[in-house]
Amino acid sequence: MSTAESLEPRHITVRRPVVDRVFRTVISSGALLSLVVLALIAGFLLYRGLEIFRDFGFGFITGEKWDIGNPEDTSTAVLGIGAMLVGSVLTAFIAVVIALPFAMAAALFIEYYSPRRLRTVLTSVLDFAAAIPSVIYGIWGYAVLLPLVESWSKGIERNLDFIPFIDVPSEIFGRSPFLAGLLLSLMILPIITSVAREVYGQAPRDLVDASYALGSTKWGAIRNVVLPFGRSGLVGGTMLGLGRALGETVAVYLTLNLVFDVNFRILASAGGNVASLIATKFGEATPYELKGLMAAGLVLFAVTLAVNLLATVVVNRSRRVA
Amino acid sequence: MTAVVAVPVAPTRPWQRRRAALARNGALVAGAAVMSWLVNARTDLSGFLGHWLAFSLAMPVLALLSSVRSGRNVATDSFSAALVTVASLAAAVPLFSIARTVWQNGSKAFYSSYLTTDMRITSSSDPLNMGGVLHAVSGTLVMVALATIISVPLGVMSALYIVEMKGRFAGVVRFLTQAMSGVPSIVAGLFVYATVVIFFTGFSAWAGALAYVILMLPTVSRTSEEVLRLVPDELRAASYALGASQARTTFRVVLPTIASGLLTAAILGIARVAGETAPLILTASYFVATSTNLNEPMASLPIYIFSNLGLGDSNAITRAWGGSLVLLVLVLVLFVSARVLSARLRRKRL
Repeated sequence: MSTAESLEPRHITVRRPVVDRVFRTVISSGALLSLVVLALIAGFLLYRGLEIFRDFGFGFITGEKWDIGNPEDTSTAVLGIGAMLVGSVLTAFIAVVIALPFAMAAALFIEYYSPRRLRTVLTSVLDFAAAIPSVIYGIWGYAVLLPLVESWSKGIERNLDFIPFIDVPSEIFGRSPFLAGLLLSLMILPIITSVAREVYGQAPRDLVDASYALGSTKWGAIRNVVLPFGRSGLVGGTMLGLGRALGETVAVYLTLNLVFDVNFRILASAGGNVASLIATKFGEATPYELKGLMAAGLVLFAVTLAVNLLATVVVNRSRRVA
Repeated sequence: MTAVVAVPVAPTRPWQRRRAALARNGALVAGAAVMSWLVNARTDLSGFLGHWLAFSLAMPVLALLSSVRSGRNVATDSFSAALVTVASLAAAVPLFSIARTVWQNGSKAFYSSYLTTDMRITSSSDPLNMGGVLHAVSGTLVMVALATIISVPLGVMSALYIVEMKGRFAGVVRFLTQAMSGVPSIVAGLFVYATVVIFFTGFSAWAGALAYVILMLPTVSRTSEEVLRLVPDELRAASYALGASQARTTFRVVLPTIASGLLTAAILGIARVAGETAPLILTASYFVATSTNLNEPMASLPIYIFSNLGLGDSNAITRAWGGSLVLLVLVLVLFVSARVLSARLRRKRL
């Protein structure tokens, strides 16, 4: 009979050869570099934008006006990104609301309804859609979608102008938050679809079969098994899409009229978002204004990073459940 | 007593498509098409969109009507099947419109030497038989190549750190790399502007490539991580059993096994950045001539499109479409080659 001591696991010492120690050091430093870059981005934007936060405080986030005043005298400047933040959130919200049902339908169709050959085609087309450059979405939105949306907007406004956010007193439509949101919805649709497809495809086969065995129709099985199973993954995918929509620059720049007023009228030709503000003002910015743009970039960075971190957590959790 | 006769029963396969169902679906589509044609003939709706809209509305309604006598469950089922089908095909419609518009408008900009000349002696409003996109194509290729050389080793390293080394911060690195993939491209550009452009080089190809690196890194490391996980542990164990060090195992066994996967990772990273406009506005800016000087501003396809679009002249806008066509084809080529490579990797049964 052995004593208690001898049952303890043998202590193993690892002595790595020199090659391995070098290898591991190099790999680690390479991996940590990406963290350093992330920290540097936040640090530098904060460093350059700090003066702005000191000068305007919370008013920088809520303020509507962006006016550099007298370029020689920085105390005359009034900088605020309130209107742009509202625009970012509004267009991204419109995009998600439009894209979500279509993305769910596409994911369900690909996983449960489509013939096999069509499935490969649709998957490839949607994956390619995610790779189309945003400037091409932008130029298409400007040339093709703009005239369409303008005529739709007229019709919608004529019939529904009793609803506050649809009414447009100035009767100027065109480059509106609705157009930008619609275009963004096309851009985020493939992202949401691919996440949704993944989680719907992981729905437990035995539960689906069990509901068939109980006499359920296909829709019954989808409603009672697949959709509840995929809910959290879908939320995560939607947030990934939201993050993309919040940070989009060129497509919004081309399809939204930059106006420094908080505009909730989604059909009116006025709006803007933080990213397109940076792209617009950057060219002829004074040094002080540039700091303002850096601060705006920091706010955008913080918002999208928060949304994406949350989305990552949600998607990962739904994967673990699966 | 009646004799029990074994009647051969053919097993039914309810999951298989039957001819009756096929005929029913065909009739549904035909019916919806007729209805949409009627609606378009009678109302203001017209054109492709009008037909599509009427068709999309008619199809679920017809599906509902045709199955309503079979009870509520069946009716709901066929209604939602029709709705899902119509909605998911609707998601593909804009993409075909994009492809068609870019092709139609872009091909107008093409002439015999559109791809082999630049804009150094041509102004954007000049007739369309002068100038070209050579400077933009070469600029994009140069900056993408630079970014690839920097970001692929870094991305593979962080994937190795997570999968091979299982380092202490593996979870953190993985999490933050994923989060970094969501950094808006203009913020990446702004960062490079605030550091490199202002303090060192001014607007330059280097700065553009660095902005690309920030955007490529998450894609590359994420994809390489996924393919690294495909390598069976037996392979590593066999190598260790032969006395190989971890470095040797990685370089001689693991990485060669997934070489095509790493290529896919690089291509996906390139496809991610090749069309980026926003960061280049702040970093590489634009230059009208073909150039290989990395310390000077450099043209790129997205900025070529963007700046021509901003000029408003009709010839400039046609040039923007031409650039879009070239860019779209470039992205398509990258996309297809990534697909082919990853299919090859799958065939190896890793």
